[in-house]
Amino acid sequence: MIPTQAQSFSMLLVAIAPFLTAFVAPLVKRFVPQHAGWVLALIPASIFAYIFSFIDLIAQGEKLRFALPWIPMLGIELSFYLDGLSLVFGLLISGIGTFIVIYSGGYLSGHQHLGRFYAFILMFMGSMLGLVLADNVITLFVFWELTSITSFLLIGFDHSRQASRRAAIQALVITGGGGLLLLAGLVLIGFSMGTLDISTMLQYPGFMAEHSAYLPVFILVLFGAITKSAQVPFHFWLPNAMEAPTPVSAFLHSATMVKAGVYLLARFNPILGGTIEWQVTLPILGGITLITGALLALRQTDMKQMLAYTTMASLGMLVMLIGAGSKEAILAAMLFLVAHSFYKGGLFMVVGAIDHETGTRDITEVSGIAKELPITFFGAALAAFSMAGLPISLGFFAKEEIYLIAKTFEWQHWLIAIVALVGNALMMAAGAAIAIKPFLGPRIATPKSPHEAPLSMLAGPAILAVLGIAAGVFIYQFGDWFFSPSASAVYNHKVSNHLGLHFDPIPLGLSIATWALGGLIHWKLETVRDILRRIARVWTWGPDQGFDQFMFGLVRFADWITRIIQHGRLELYLILVFVALAGAVYAPMVLTGSIPPMPDVLPQLRFQEWGVLLIAALGLLAVVFGRTRLVAIVSLGVQGFAVALIFLLLGAPDLGFTQFMVETLSVVILALVMTKLHLDQRDNRVFEEVIRDGGLALVCGIGLTMLLLAVLQTDLDTTLTEFFTKTSVPIAHGRNIVNVILVDYRAIDTLGEISVVMTAGIAILALIRIRAGGPKRGIGAIKKAVKRATSSARKTRSAS
Amino acid sequence: MNTVIFRTIAPYLAALMIVFSIFVLLRGHNEPGGGFIGGLIAASAIAIYGISAGVAEVRRALVFHPITFAGFGVFIAALSGFMSLFVEVPFLKGLWLFINLSDGSELALSTPMLFDIGVYFVVLGAISTIALALEEDEDDK
Amino acid sequence: METALAILIGLFFTVAIYLLLSRSLIRMLLGIAILGNAVNLLIFTVGRVTREVPPIVPEGEYQPLEAIANPLPQALILTAIVIGFSLFAFLLVLTYRAYQELNADNTDTMRVAEPDDSPRPPLSY
Repeated sequence: MIPTQAQSFSMLLVAIAPFLTAFVAPLVKRFVPQHAGWVLALIPASIFAYIFSFIDLIAQGEKLRFALPWIPMLGIELSFYLDGLSLVFGLLISGIGTFIVIYSGGYLSGHQHLGRFYAFILMFMGSMLGLVLADNVITLFVFWELTSITSFLLIGFDHSRQASRRAAIQALVITGGGGLLLLAGLVLIGFSMGTLDISTMLQYPGFMAEHSAYLPVFILVLFGAITKSAQVPFHFWLPNAMEAPTPVSAFLHSATMVKAGVYLLARFNPILGGTIEWQVTLPILGGITLITGALLALRQTDMKQMLAYTTMASLGMLVMLIGAGSKEAILAAMLFLVAHSFYKGGLFMVVGAIDHETGTRDITEVSGIAKELPITFFGAALAAFSMAGLPISLGFFAKEEIYLIAKTFEWQHWLIAIVALVGNALMMAAGAAIAIKPFLGPRIATPKSPHEAPLSMLAGPAILAVLGIAAGVFIYQFGDWFFSPSASAVYNHKVSNHLGLHFDPIPLGLSIATWALGGLIHWKLETVRDILRRIARVWTWGPDQGFDQFMFGLVRFADWITRIIQHGRLELYLILVFVALAGAVYAPMVLTGSIPPMPDVLPQLRFQEWGVLLIAALGLLAVVFGRTRLVAIVSLGVQGFAVALIFLLLGAPDLGFTQFMVETLSVVILALVMTKLHLDQRDNRVFEEVIRDGGLALVCGIGLTMLLLAVLQTDLDTTLTEFFTKTSVPIAHGRNIVNVILVDYRAIDTLGEISVVMTAGIAILALIRIRAGGPKRGIGAIKKAVKRATSSARKTRSAS
Repeated sequence: MNTVIFRTIAPYLAALMIVFSIFVLLRGHNEPGGGFIGGLIAASAIAIYGISAGVAEVRRALVFHPITFAGFGVFIAALSGFMSLFVEVPFLKGLWLFINLSDGSELALSTPMLFDIGVYFVVLGAISTIALALEEDEDDK
Repeated sequence: METALAILIGLFFTVAIYLLLSRSLIRMLLGIAILGNAVNLLIFTVGRVTREVPPIVPEGEYQPLEAIANPLPQALILTAIVIGFSLFAFLLVLTYRAYQELNADNTDTMRVAEPDDSPRPPLSY
């Protein structure tokens, strides 16, 4: 199906509408302060509905491309591409976004910058939608960077705290830096494949793998993905980003933005995947991230930090699965992606609710609040259920699908399955801790006495939790709609939907092992945490500290460079300029060997010409060697008049007269100023400086003479001159050709030049007038002076 | 510089120079001269008058602040360009109007001439602004 | 004539650059004025020189009867002279004001924008 122009515009609107809404969000918040969240949530909800309307079409294997011209000269279109993968992402972003906008209204209720927050979060949503729907890689990059920027704004939302500012800068530097590498990679793909459209690239799956530019492209795109998706060793910005308000953590840093890297890898899997590099690097990186993240999560007592590290672990799992690249792995990745978005988004909102109601989110300080927050507990329990992969939640099917990889009995697949098992068990322990510890057990006192959270804060976690189970129950239907089409898009071949309850011994066995291990770890959580903390005390340096050292090193380096280049000594700046001038004059002459021969005969000059040249030279020397100011000024006049005489002698009377007038005025105003200033006219340069400056000046002077001599040996193009000469009288009715050129042929130049002269006059006037506290001059001042004079005259008259 | 002779001659000299500057301006299209030179001569006249009679006197004689002349000049020059609008030719294209006078001679009016008058006023205004500003500062001390 | 002018222009540039490299403001001003003349002469000479025949068409003719001086560089230089003068006047007033405000006639002592002991940048977020 080829979409119509109108449909293309609606698709553009999907990405643009949140931005437009962001503009009016603060106004909406002003007019309906209590229910702004509900009102604004209509936008993401309608986007969700619009994308949802394509679901049948996409499920049938259709791929839709919506294109609008943008920069046609560079072949850049504003084009959008909707297939299984972008559909799933689009639905996740708009769907979870709807609940996040509602949730924000409750969580930040009464916050003075809530309107701004809505604007930021809607802008982020638009960027993210644009990113996943983009077909053109340049469009993709623009939205990619927009997500980094909006993420920066959201993490630094509470900008009065240093920790927030640091986290925001950290996220921006790392994801933005990765984005730049990604741009290089995308442009390189574009050049290699001759197209900037992903949809076209997808039609040539094996092309890049054979291409000589594959390795640089792979590395560049990989850096873009792993910085965004917080893979080791760029993971540290993600836990720090928890400085953001909880809705942001739930939306950006678990459900959507951090998955942009995963999306990128999935999108480019048909184009860049299937190679040794891909299948080795990605699973190793992902596996390390999975285990590191899961272990670090157990070390924390801050529930938000625990969730952040398990998010990092889950991202590692996704990267590992996409790297494995088999049909089962891709399908598993899609299942896990959706399941994770449901339960992690929900759990973040639950932790936000606990924090909001009790005033703490330290897991050791909250206990037994299930009675006060029953619906929150319900959401948390269901989410943790899915996180643990207990039947028959969506998480269960995701985990089963992951373990199906092991069925091939290849050692690397077994390794992946084992790593996934350990990671799953660790995450399950962390999830269980959050769902059980604060709600059950003995009630202990909290900073605030808890009540059930408002409806706006319950809707999201409850519905997401229910969805996590419902998707499991109706797994076949969901598979038809979402998982099979999206996996097919990533795998680039049809991935049939075989989801359902099958009792396969290998996955089931591994699942049981996971539950057993997870349960064990949860039971011994205190001990595990203790051990991990002891290790952390020994291991003090990490990339987080490295980031500080890098940034401060950068500042010190910039300072050092600035002090070297901008030392503030004018004469050295000027020396640099003239050394460059000398280089520019001599280098071409030497390189092309066009040094002009010295003219061997003395020029045949008339007596008066000799005289004028001599006067000019003497005037110049007198300016340099004159002992007093007066000598210098007079000598300046002498050389100027000599120049005027040269003009007169050589057939330029207009120039001669103008030069006379200008030199006269120069001398007059110079004298006017000099009589007032007691400037030191003596040259206070020491001998070495005189040699240095004089030498440089001489080198430049000789170079320019040689350049001029070389130019004079070439032919002069007189086309313009002849045109002006021939047409001056017949066309322009003027016999003075110079004047005709000035006021007729090149009048627009002259118009610019007289504007400059006028501007100089205004600038000088301003300079004279801005004296601090000095009297104002000009028309107003004259009038005032006249008024003052008349009034005083009247006074004296009346007094007499 | 403020000798009696200079002070007596200066107003006449200045007036003469102004007249001469207009002459130079108007002959500029056919003989050496033009707006730039004319403007410089006129500005010199004003500077001389300022030195002899004092800046306040000159300002009163000029009525408008000298920078106003510069602005007026740019305005005139730009206006001469817009004349071409009425006959639908490009901006600043020279337009000529020849009027036969009763005694058989011909009076040529043209937009380049108007433009040159604009140049004259800009140079006159800007440079006398500079000169007067510096002279005035002198008076303060 | 052109060779002689070329050598003279070299001298103009030498003197102008030498004066510009001075730390004394008033000498730099003189250098600027001379530099303007040097550049004007350079343009003039590049357009080739002829003796004593101004680029003016005789009365009643449609074209000049003999070889005339090149009018194009002259037109360029004419405006350059006036603009150069405006720039010179501006710099002169700037010097004058700097002398009044900073009491400095020497670039060594004019360090408001780039002070010698500017503080180190802060190392925090």
